[in-house]
Amino acid sequence: MKKSVFLGTLAATALLAGFASAATLDDVKARGELVCGVNTGLVGFAAPDANGNWQGFDVAVCKAVAAAVLGDASKVKYVPTTGETRFTALASGEIDLLARNTTWTFSRDADLKFTFVGVNYYDGQGFMVRKDLGVSSAKELDGATVCIQTGTTTELNLADFFKVNNMTYQPVPINTNAEGEQQYLAGACDAYTTDASGLAATRAIFADPENHIILPEIISKEPLGPLVRHGDDQWADIARWTLNALIAAEEYGVTSANVEELAKGTNNPEINRMLGTEGDLGAMIGLDKDWAKRAIAASGNYGEIFAASIGESTPIGLARGLNAQWTQGGLLYTPPFR
Amino acid sequence: MALVADTPKESFRLGMLIYDTRYRSITIQIIVMVLFLLGLWWLLDNLFSNLATRGKDLSFSFLWNRAGYDINQTLIPYTNDDTHFRAMLVGLVNTILVAVLGCVAATVIGVMVGVLRLSKNWLVSKLMTVYVEMFRNVPVLLWILVAFAVFTEITPAPRDFKVTDEMVAAGVEPAASMVLFDSVAITNRGTFIPKALYERSLGEVIIGFLPISLNTIAVLAVLIGSAMGYRAIKRHATAVQEATGIRPKTWWKSLLTLVGPIVALLFALGFHLEIPTLGGFNFSGGTLVSNSLMALWLGLTLYTAAFIAEIVRAGIMAISKGQTEASYALGLRPGRTMSLVVLPQALRVIIPPLISQYLNLTKNSSLAIAVSYMDLRGTLGGITLNQTGRELESMLLLMLIYLALSLMISSAMNVYNNAVKLKER
Repeated sequence: MKKSVFLGTLAATALLAGFASAATLDDVKARGELVCGVNTGLVGFAAPDANGNWQGFDVAVCKAVAAAVLGDASKVKYVPTTGETRFTALASGEIDLLARNTTWTFSRDADLKFTFVGVNYYDGQGFMVRKDLGVSSAKELDGATVCIQTGTTTELNLADFFKVNNMTYQPVPINTNAEGEQQYLAGACDAYTTDASGLAATRAIFADPENHIILPEIISKEPLGPLVRHGDDQWADIARWTLNALIAAEEYGVTSANVEELAKGTNNPEINRMLGTEGDLGAMIGLDKDWAKRAIAASGNYGEIFAASIGESTPIGLARGLNAQWTQGGLLYTPPFR
Repeated sequence: MALVADTPKESFRLGMLIYDTRYRSITIQIIVMVLFLLGLWWLLDNLFSNLATRGKDLSFSFLWNRAGYDINQTLIPYTNDDTHFRAMLVGLVNTILVAVLGCVAATVIGVMVGVLRLSKNWLVSKLMTVYVEMFRNVPVLLWILVAFAVFTEITPAPRDFKVTDEMVAAGVEPAASMVLFDSVAITNRGTFIPKALYERSLGEVIIGFLPISLNTIAVLAVLIGSAMGYRAIKRHATAVQEATGIRPKTWWKSLLTLVGPIVALLFALGFHLEIPTLGGFNFSGGTLVSNSLMALWLGLTLYTAAFIAEIVRAGIMAISKGQTEASYALGLRPGRTMSLVVLPQALRVIIPPLISQYLNLTKNSSLAIAVSYMDLRGTLGGITLNQTGRELESMLLLMLIYLALSLMISSAMNVYNNAVKLKER
């Protein structure tokens, strides 16, 4: 009898373990909701607006995936994660997708067992200081006290940068961007360092943005992108190609305004294949024909999302720079839809 | 024919395991034990099979990799080229530092408040009541954050200390200046205090990972020696007084014993102070006592002191009033009654719950990350955990270290408790 208890437990454990890695797509469909890990609050990338609805560049990725999978961009549950909690949240299955300014690195990919599905923002680490400090280059920061978000790649880059340049500094580790902003404004640190895009977003909501400057040095490569767990390639494909569809849509001139029109058929077979009027790419990733159409309709193509959340017309005012299409001299280049 | 039935032989039947009171309790214990082990086995198996599906293993080898990050307060030498293990030690030392400082300060404040709360002075006792109720009924995290906000918001930034040529020409005073003969700078990053330096240093020995300055040991040894000499002089004076009725004048002998050797030693070592000076962004030189340490220390101390005050009050009230009255009858003043009669007896009631407060304080120090203090939770359980992605290993190690730390504190306190408790013969 005792033996059967053992065997029963073994079977139950094996089953549980089996379920843990079951198809995320089925889980999301059964739940009717995509659980998306986002920043705790970084204006332009992921932050709740005045009505409490999450908005931003990273949030748009969540919306596009939800639209592609569930047919409704609003069926997303946003889980705010800090630099420290994000990977545990994803690894444990608490969230289906992490879209939170996360740098794609070798060890995160291979050792932490995550799959980065692409890059939605090519970034680099910068420094912000008060203008009246009289500093014009990061190389003049010897002896400075620097606020740094803990559990990020920027923490390691910072140590390397100061070491290479033979300078010393005092780190002030902080947990969230809001905390960093508060400490920096209170003067607890001379400089605040994080991804340059994050600095621009943080400065945009200061009462006196003109009194703070972002130093010209970019001390690292920070390719930011959404990621999923290892072991579910179908789900990774869905996230990857949803992001690719947004980028390709900009390249081919498909916008949220004309996507319905173009979905009736065009003379460009690439657009036809992507929007499902020709072939059946959707079925290959377990979705229907219209998946990409819905993803693009959710908040527009990559260019529209960029312009609406962090572009030059917004208070954050980031230029496209590296994040322009390859045809415009940028790095955005999607593999073909075929 | 044996018609007479034999008395049934005392043979063991399976049913006796349940129906025989001699065996029942053992049966139940064995069943519960088996269930407990099964539960444990299930949990562990679940853990390992889930780790296997993720393709992860349980390995502590990451501790020997290069850490790569910097820590703002390091009591033992550390650079970002050191290992995660060393970073963990730095965090552990920081945890122990704040725990020791907190326990000492909380005990001092707690005993004072506890005694004063029993004062006959209405104002004093009510003020102490307000203190106790205020601090023990608000979460400690809030007190730590409040202390930190006070330190960072009201103190001047280092650049406020700057005196430029234009300011001198215009006769403008800088927004802030150093205190205590220009030797201590209180800023919003921390307080810079002078650092003791020795020209003819004795060097240091490294025990394990902890470098110990021989200078500090020499100073401590001389101080202890002086204190013992001072006590010998007093003992001698008392003996003379008892024999002759006249207490000899000892003040110059005491002064010489207490001050002479240490001054001679410091002079021999070439002792001088390094005064912090403003350079660049921050003060350099001197020792930085960071605001995060101060805030954490203050928050933990005031919070725990409120609990200790209640323990002390309970301990004092547990001593019968007859003791106080008897002491008064002998002509002892209230202060001496408290210190010679009541408190020594009250300690027996006070010590056991005091141990739990020390343990609480030590564990509460893991709230340090809220004010950017890099304790064990901040290094091993924070940055290392995150950069290596070894959540399980880091957490297990963290739990193990806190457990060991707590057990050490409570066993040390138990030794003390055994020393003060009522000796029964």
